[in-house]
Amino acid sequence: MEQNLVCFNTFGEKEPWTLATYEKLDGYKAWRKILSGKMTPEQIIDEVKGSGLRGRGGAGFPTGLKWSFMPRNAEGQRYLVCNSDESEPGTCHDREILRNNPHCLIEGMAIAAYAMGATVAYNYIRGEFMDEPVPRFEAALKEAYDAGLLGENIQKSGIDFDLYTFVGAGAYICGEETALLESLEGKQGKPRFKPPFPASYGLYGKPTTINNTQSIASVPAIIRNGGIWFAALGPEGSGGTAEFSVSGHVEKPGNHELPMGIPFTELLDLCGGVLGGRKLKAVIPGGSSVKVLPADIIMGCTMDYVSLQNAGSSFGTGAVIVMDETTCMVKVLRRIARFYMAESCGQCTPCREGTGWLYRMLTRITEGDGQLEDLDKLVDVANKIEGHTICALGDAAAWPVQSFLNHYFHEFEYMVKNDGRSIVNNIEEVAA
Amino acid sequence: MSGVLSAHVCKEIDRWVERFPEGKQRSAVISALHAVQHENGGYLTAELLNAVAEYLNLPTIHVYEVATFYSMFQTKPVGRHNVAICTNISCMLRGADDIVDHVEAKLGIKVGESTDDGRIYLKQEEECLAACCGAPMMMVDHKYHEDLTKESVDEILDALE
Repeated sequence: MEQNLVCFNTFGEKEPWTLATYEKLDGYKAWRKILSGKMTPEQIIDEVKGSGLRGRGGAGFPTGLKWSFMPRNAEGQRYLVCNSDESEPGTCHDREILRNNPHCLIEGMAIAAYAMGATVAYNYIRGEFMDEPVPRFEAALKEAYDAGLLGENIQKSGIDFDLYTFVGAGAYICGEETALLESLEGKQGKPRFKPPFPASYGLYGKPTTINNTQSIASVPAIIRNGGIWFAALGPEGSGGTAEFSVSGHVEKPGNHELPMGIPFTELLDLCGGVLGGRKLKAVIPGGSSVKVLPADIIMGCTMDYVSLQNAGSSFGTGAVIVMDETTCMVKVLRRIARFYMAESCGQCTPCREGTGWLYRMLTRITEGDGQLEDLDKLVDVANKIEGHTICALGDAAAWPVQSFLNHYFHEFEYMVKNDGRSIVNNIEEVAA
Repeated sequence: MSGVLSAHVCKEIDRWVERFPEGKQRSAVISALHAVQHENGGYLTAELLNAVAEYLNLPTIHVYEVATFYSMFQTKPVGRHNVAICTNISCMLRGADDIVDHVEAKLGIKVGESTDDGRIYLKQEEECLAACCGAPMMMVDHKYHEDLTKESVDEILDALE
C-alpha cells in the first residue's frame, strides 16, 4: 500500500517544510502552469470535480461543486479562506500539513483562489498552533513571496494573489465555516443563519469559499496528475487519499496518508494492532462527532464515505479513535458530552441547554445516582437537539449519545443498577 | 497612541491590522489580545481591554466579547506559566486523567487554579489540542509536549521558573 502520495508527499525528506524540498518533488509545477496561462479557471474546477475530492473537514461535500458556487464574474472582492482550525477530537493531521508540508497548502490555496476569482485569502489557524505550525506556515509564505510565486501580477501573468495567516484563540465552534468567518471578522465565533451561504455573503459580506486544510492541500497533486488519477486512488464515491489520525488503544498511534477505501483491518495492522494485544471493543471512525461502531461492524468496513455510511456512521475527519475491551463506554460518552457542553456557543437554546443536560445526567450516572428513566431521557434530549440548531454542533452532540446508547445500552443499564460501577470493572474482576 | 500599551504591542497590532481591508481593523482584535496578554504575564485586565479598544478605535464591547468568548484568553490574574493538559477522548484513553491527578498532587492545586507563588496556572480541563497521536499531551506556554509520562511531566514542570 503506497503512502504519502498527496498532502504528505514531502514527509520523510530532510527539512520537508522548505521550498527547495517541495519544488524537488514537483511542487509549484501546477501553479507555474497556471501562471503561464495554460489552464483556465473552468478547467481547474472541472479537474477538481472529476477527482471526486470531498471536503475533508468532516462534511464530505464535493469540493469542485462548492467552488462552482462562487459568482466568479461578479463585481467586487471575493475571498478564499482555509479552515486550519483543526479541533475535532481525535483529529491531528492538518497540524502535520502545516508543520511539514506548508507549501503544498500555499500552492493549493493559490490554485483554488485563481479558480474562484479570489485575489485575497486567509488561512485561519487555531490559536493553540501558534508555537510551531504558525511560524512554519509563515516562513513558507515568506519563501513563496520571495520566490515570486505570490503577490501582484505574479510573474507578469496578470494574476494577483495575496495570502495572509490568521490566528484564532481557542474555540471548537470556529471550525464551523460561518463561525470561522465571524471570528475572522474579530467577533465571537457564533455560526450564521443560512441562507445566505458564504458563496454569496461571506467574509465582510463578500462572496467567500471556505475549504479545509487537507482538501486544499490535495489540489496541487490533482492538477499535476489529473483528476482521473486522484479519483482512481480510491473507490467509487470516495476519490483519492485521506489522512487517517489513528489514536487511542493501538500500539503505534500515528497519522497515515492512505488511499481511501483501505480496509479497517489493514489500518489497524499498520498501527501495530490493539494496544497490549487486547481485544478491540469499538471505534469512532471519524472524530468524536460521528457515531461509534462496535468491533464486529468496523472490522468489516473499508475506510471511505460509502462503507462507513452504510455501517451507520460516517467518514468525518478520518480521525480513527480505537477503544479496547477495557474501555468504559459510559465514561467515554460522559467525556464527549462535556466537550460539546463546553464548546456550544450558546446561541441556540436546544444546544446550549441540552448539552448541559446530557453531561449532568451522564455525570450523575457515573457517580452512582442515575435512574433507569435517565437512559430514555438521554436519547430524548439528544433527539430534541438534533436538527433544531443553526449549525451542526447540535447534531454532533446528539449522535454520540444516540449511538453509544444504541450499541452499549447494557453498559449504561449496568451502571445505573450497580450504583455507578462500570461493567468493565466487573469483567476484570471475574477474569481475575 | 495609548499609554497603557507598549510600543512593541502597538507595532504588533499594526502588523495585524495591515492584513485586513481598510476599516476592518476589528479583525485584529484577537491578535491584539494575544499580544497584550503575552506581555502582561498571561492574563488580561479591564484597563488593557479598554486600551485595545481605544487603539483600534472600536467600542469596548467589541473587545470584551472576544476576550470572554475564546478559551485562550484569561480575564482574571493567573500564574505566569500556562499548563493545559488535554483530557479529551484520545488522551483520556491513554491515561490523561492520571496525568491530571499527578500534576494536581504535585502542585497542590486543582485544575483552574494557580500556585501560590504565581509560578504555574493549571488550566481548566483542556479540550482537544490536535496532537491525538501523541497522547497523552499537554501544552505549556503554547509549546506542545507529547507522549507524556509522570516522569516527563515532572521534568517539564520543574524546569519552569
